[in-house]
Amino acid sequence: MTENTFKDKLISLFDDNFRANFKHDTPHVHQLRRQAMEAFAKTGFPHTRLEEWRSTNLAKPLALEYVQHFQPLDEKIDIEKVFQCEVYDLDTYVFSQLNGWYIYKTLPITTLPNGTIVGSLDKAMETYPEIFEKHYAQYADFRNNGLNALNTAFAQDGMFIYVPDGVEVSKPIQIINIINLKENIFIQPRNLIILGKNSKLQLVNCDHSLLHKASLINSVSEVVIGENAELDYYKMQNKDNESTMVASLYFHQEANSRLTSNTITLNGGIVRNNTSVKLNGQGCETNLYGLYLVDKEQHIDNHLAVEHAAPNGTSNQLFKGILDDQAQSVFHGHVLVQRDAQKTNADQNNKNILLTDKANAQSEPHLEIYADDVKCSHGATIGQLDPEAMFYLQQRGISQDSARMLLMNAFAEEVINKISIDPLRERIDELVSKRLKGELTICDQCILDCSGRKPVKFDIDLSKLS
Amino acid sequence: MLSIKNLKVSINNKEILKGLDLEVKPGEVHAIMGPNGTGKSTLASVIAGRREFDVTSGEIIYKGKNLFDLSPEERACEGIFLGFQYPVEIPGVSITNFLRTAVNEQRKYKGLDPLPASDFLALMEEKKKLVEIQSNLTKRSVNEGFSGGEKKKNEIFQMAMLDPGLAILDETDSGLDIDALRIVANGVNKLHTKDNAAILITHYQRLLDYIVPDFVHVLFEGRIVKTGGKELALELEEKGYEWLKNG
Repeated sequence: MTENTFKDKLISLFDDNFRANFKHDTPHVHQLRRQAMEAFAKTGFPHTRLEEWRSTNLAKPLALEYVQHFQPLDEKIDIEKVFQCEVYDLDTYVFSQLNGWYIYKTLPITTLPNGTIVGSLDKAMETYPEIFEKHYAQYADFRNNGLNALNTAFAQDGMFIYVPDGVEVSKPIQIINIINLKENIFIQPRNLIILGKNSKLQLVNCDHSLLHKASLINSVSEVVIGENAELDYYKMQNKDNESTMVASLYFHQEANSRLTSNTITLNGGIVRNNTSVKLNGQGCETNLYGLYLVDKEQHIDNHLAVEHAAPNGTSNQLFKGILDDQAQSVFHGHVLVQRDAQKTNADQNNKNILLTDKANAQSEPHLEIYADDVKCSHGATIGQLDPEAMFYLQQRGISQDSARMLLMNAFAEEVINKISIDPLRERIDELVSKRLKGELTICDQCILDCSGRKPVKFDIDLSKLS
Repeated sequence: MLSIKNLKVSINNKEILKGLDLEVKPGEVHAIMGPNGTGKSTLASVIAGRREFDVTSGEIIYKGKNLFDLSPEERACEGIFLGFQYPVEIPGVSITNFLRTAVNEQRKYKGLDPLPASDFLALMEEKKKLVEIQSNLTKRSVNEGFSGGEKKKNEIFQMAMLDPGLAILDETDSGLDIDALRIVANGVNKLHTKDNAAILITHYQRLLDYIVPDFVHVLFEGRIVKTGGKELALELEEKGYEWLKNG
């Protein structure tokens, strides 16, 4: 199958389902679907001739056949039996999605004692149409973005979270996204998260896949952070090598709000994280952190776009990666400072360690500045472990292997230390160490029978370092 | 303990050490002095096992073992400690974690079990007092943001933790104020026993007011040109290195 036949197939699939499915749509959402599909028909899938997609090629995954479901599979599945979170002593409100559908035991929408609403996007659309009217598809542009258009046309479920004004959610909310199907699957989750004024939320989003069939995920999340609200957003990605994931996140920040996002990619086939932030009100603070550990043929692409649209904003980007084998990474950080965004303070930083000659890291920090009173900086490094530090450690009796492990862990530490939830930070620290030692497999969390599969390991070829 | 014979070392085809001999016995303190660029640090680096040097002839025997057969970490486990002239900053690795790894890897080399955490912490507390370092320093990353004095005290602290047979202190006194110098020297003196030895590499006689050497060697243009007792250092201070050149 070529991209074009896939595209044609999707167009006819849309027409076939437009009336029969999408039953919970508000008229507004229903109309958006049609517009989005028209947009997708024009733009199609992204390809490497587009500047934004120059370094990430989706042609291979797009050439595969996938199933798509318009209804959740009626499987009575007890998620706790299938999946056990590695971060076990983390006290969170846990919600799960399986193959892109919100799963629940009793109610599709839960209201926490503090008034926070968490549940299925599909059901929330019916229940809270005014919120959808105001926010849905307002931040993730679909007119010039084929994948956003496709998601907007097809998306049926995902997470809906609404934190009322003034509410500080005491425990983190954890969302576990699992792919578990014996066929190749294409899913397009859609999340809408709204934080009211002066509210506070910690969100932990975990992406996992359990079976080793190909999966293609095109997720779109829109997150609104109200005035003086605070969001900590953690994204843990531990996908198998057969998966392709494009995760597009749109943060919209109102005045004096604070966002800290931390994306930890432990494993994944092709991962493309699009993270866009608009500092819409003055005095916003944005911290975007990321860590990626990739090996084999894995490909990780972090595309960041930060728009300072109002004065006195601060944004930081710090992404670090360790690459082994033929793995590839792309960091593309774009900071746009609009004319009115005076006194902006923006920093971008990307650091990579290559463990082999064949690993490849691309780093492209960009600054686009239209205001005259700003402080912006950027930096990128691609290199090996510091030989001076290696010698220092060895001179104290530490073996070459242990010295490398210490330095790699230390390199990752800078990002891990930004995690403000203590048990999560400690656990991620352990997972990263395990990953670097080649001990973490994606089967670690899984009790399904995957016999015959070789675990995915991070084999560091130590001989390639001097 | 340490026996160096006819050591010739080059870097980038430039000969730095041109046939150096040195004998160090247990319980001795040797000072190696000499002007800049005569090969003092090269000697320290070659004993410790830095790779960027070419050893073109000679041998270094330590406790009966040829050091050229051993990796830097094996030499360290055999008891060779290098106090760095410029200690490396290692962000993200705490001193505690670093030293626990080092102590336990050295124990493993000797066939010993890892030190229990409580014993390790007690050992650290004891040794911290020896070099008068602040207790919170060990939580910080190795040498990161340390002052010159803190870095050098940290070297002596590591030496105290690892209890080496032969300590080579490469210009440990440079960049120290008089208080730090006194603390560093006190540490070295307290750690000195009849079974271990130290080689002090220094420019100045100042350090030798605090640590009294048994032998003073003058390294000049890649060779030891004069050896004497502690009084040689004073003579050098007075007359300068030019005196040797002319003599």
